[in-house]
Amino acid sequence: MDTARRSLLKSAGLGFLALGLPPAFLVRAAGAQQAERGKVLVVVFQRGGMDGLNVVVPFKDRAYYSLRPNIAVPEPASGAERAIDLDGFYGLHPALAPLKSIYDKGQLAIVHAAGSPDNTRSHFDAQDYMELGTPGIKSTPDGWLNRHLRETARTDSPFRGVALTAQTPRMLSGGAPVLTLSSIEEFRLRDESMSRPLQRLYAEASDPLFRQGANSLFEALAMLRKLDAKIPASAGNYPAGRFATALKQIARLIKANVGLEIAFAEIEGWDTHVNEGGATGQLANRLKELGDGMAAFYQDIGDRLDDVMLVTLSEFGRTARENGNRGTDHGHANAMFAMGGRVRGGKVYGRWPGLAPEVLHEGRDLALTTDYRTVCGEALARHLGQRDLSKVFPNFPKTAPLGIVT
Amino acid sequence: MSTPLTTEQRTVHLLNRTSFGPTRETIERVNRIGARACFEEQLEPDRIPDTFVEEKIAALKSMRLSSRELIELYPPPQKAREQGMAMAPTQGPRQVILELQLARLLRAVYSRRQLYEVMVDFWSNHFNVFAAKGADRWLTTAYDRDTIRPHALGRFRDLLLATAKSPAMLFYLDNWMSVTPDSFLATRAPNLRRQGINENYARELMELHTLGVDGGYTQKDVQEVARCFTGWTIRRPRGEAEFTFEPRLHDNGAKTVLGVTIPSGGGMEDGLKVIDLLARHPSTAKFIATKLIRRLVADDPPAAIVGKAETAFRQSDGDIRSVLRAVIDAPAFFSPEVYRSKVKKPLEYVASALRVTGSETEITHQLLRYLGRMGEPLFLAQPPTGYPDVGSSWVSPDMLLTRMNFVSDLVANRLPGSRVLSDAVGSADAVARLIAPDSLSSATRAALAETKEREAVALLLAAPEFQRR
Repeated sequence: MDTARRSLLKSAGLGFLALGLPPAFLVRAAGAQQAERGKVLVVVFQRGGMDGLNVVVPFKDRAYYSLRPNIAVPEPASGAERAIDLDGFYGLHPALAPLKSIYDKGQLAIVHAAGSPDNTRSHFDAQDYMELGTPGIKSTPDGWLNRHLRETARTDSPFRGVALTAQTPRMLSGGAPVLTLSSIEEFRLRDESMSRPLQRLYAEASDPLFRQGANSLFEALAMLRKLDAKIPASAGNYPAGRFATALKQIARLIKANVGLEIAFAEIEGWDTHVNEGGATGQLANRLKELGDGMAAFYQDIGDRLDDVMLVTLSEFGRTARENGNRGTDHGHANAMFAMGGRVRGGKVYGRWPGLAPEVLHEGRDLALTTDYRTVCGEALARHLGQRDLSKVFPNFPKTAPLGIVT
Repeated sequence: MSTPLTTEQRTVHLLNRTSFGPTRETIERVNRIGARACFEEQLEPDRIPDTFVEEKIAALKSMRLSSRELIELYPPPQKAREQGMAMAPTQGPRQVILELQLARLLRAVYSRRQLYEVMVDFWSNHFNVFAAKGADRWLTTAYDRDTIRPHALGRFRDLLLATAKSPAMLFYLDNWMSVTPDSFLATRAPNLRRQGINENYARELMELHTLGVDGGYTQKDVQEVARCFTGWTIRRPRGEAEFTFEPRLHDNGAKTVLGVTIPSGGGMEDGLKVIDLLARHPSTAKFIATKLIRRLVADDPPAAIVGKAETAFRQSDGDIRSVLRAVIDAPAFFSPEVYRSKVKKPLEYVASALRVTGSETEITHQLLRYLGRMGEPLFLAQPPTGYPDVGSSWVSPDMLLTRMNFVSDLVANRLPGSRVLSDAVGSADAVARLIAPDSLSSATRAALAETKEREAVALLLAAPEFQRR
């Protein structure tokens, strides 16, 4: 083939035509590229156990201030470094100020006293349970996001499930193929010259496992090569850091219509045992990264907002009472955020259990009134059209949805 | 049916299953003294001098230290700051885990006690602990050195007991804080983390370490076993990290485990009885035999070999060497059906690539990062199941891409600290013979014909043939 023709094909993103690959591959690739502007669920995992009581502050519950003499966030009033009033009872941590306007537009909802019902206070067990979607049962072989993908086969795009992490999170692990990308930039062959012989070698391999794996890989590589040219520069004002970078890449994948349905990102550093801070300090810094990242993502998504829903999770909340080190220890229920065009926001959902000693979980933690699977199940069912939640969350009895998704 | 393996294929097969991949030297050794003699030699690792790799490992300071010394010398960054210590990142617990990883990979590549290293890897995964869980950051070094390695070719019961008493396992599966609910700690200080029975270890002990999930135990057995192990704890996980039996935390009542009555007042004996009961249970023989054969033979373990290994396990009272002999001596071990049927795990892939190319390597962070991105960061499997041992777990697109990029970096000498021997690169044919004597696929041969020498080696290492063992 002459070079002019090859470069033409390449610029059309069809470089693989030159390789004589089987037609099925082409049909599949073409189908995936035309994937309609599908719905996307973005799950953000805050590893370490976020202190929900200092993030969505129950400033009208007076027990809050007596439990936390040193680290409470001051109730709303004029001036900075105070909670931002949401509804007269709850206030948003001031470091999350960029999210307030999204809340006011009705596109950000909060669920308080939510989380996993299991009692464990081990990060690892609690993360496991939350990711597997079966609190208390560790032997579950796959994560709930993967089970969702397995139960709905909308397209066979290699981008249906993508984690922007170093390793595939358990929540997304399982039988349905998913991609893990440290970054779009890194997802490429180190030696482009190997691309052609490798594709050929794998396309003709008698080993079906590797032939299929490589087919998906080269399909994904070909689609990603096109992204650079096709996607306009990002419209959001993202802060630095791995979390915001992950959201930025997710936004690119959404806008590129590559068939993304589930995206996963994580943000660490919530294990605030010592010197947690109040309106400013350690937790505030983490919240700034979280809030600025989410707000930039919201901006960036633009007219695709109706197709996108973002949900935040953390393995557990923290003790209601501050500890001897001006921090908080591992606790129970927490606050969750849900953001998106079809989110019925501007509201804090969930029954408030109170902070009086006799209603605290095991005498120390915020009690749980909403199972995180209720919130995530609603997102899967109403936003992504999952018909059988019992396959995604086995042993979880049907619960009435909160009505977060319109 | 299919034709039997040739002698060359049998040699490569044996080395693929009982080592981290063939090298020119090991193939020569098999040719000289015979496959069976080589295997027997490997069953006695203490008689095989291994100074080359042990000298490299001696340079890793943390490998020699006790848990207590590790906690003192590699404090968590937060604690170091509080104490006003200026601390380089190489002095924190990350360094401890890093050196463990380096040692594991160095031994996989360079140790001459290859079968022993394969079994160490197997048992580490079977009795998995997650090295990044809290105090386990300082406890896993001793776990590897003092718990797994001394028993890797010994008796299963001794290995099981060693893990049950190891601070790393006690911490990982929470048994150290499992106490009888009426103990003084649970009643006097209800807000402490020790609040009562924790069933985590008891469940995994039966489900994952011995009987298997269908091995015939009930939830009631889990509860009873958990009661037996109350009081098996750690003096101080982040200080005196030694096993201790604390009678005041122990549930002294009578228990019934798998139909066997354990009378009251047994103290630490209760747990020892459970260990003996489980180690000698027929379900355990079957479960361990099956899992070992999944590792050494095929994802779907052939019943004929499992039966032989199971019998050997029972008759030898769990002697691991006897079980290994039964596996290798089963005719089905060399059957064409299982030849090159196993997908290499990342550790096997990386180690075998370094071995087959005769690479010199100071294992670096970058190399370990590759291993992590292929899905097997060493000592960092979070779930108690460890890493899976079936092919389909290791062939996702990103894992495959990482494998391809690793070998092209390796062969191009772009990995800091690693160099492929030039004569290995000079001869793709020689490498091909080590990988697949006279049986490269036509696709691979055609692709090779179109590439130049150095690239041909990278291509060979990236080819499906080398992804399997």
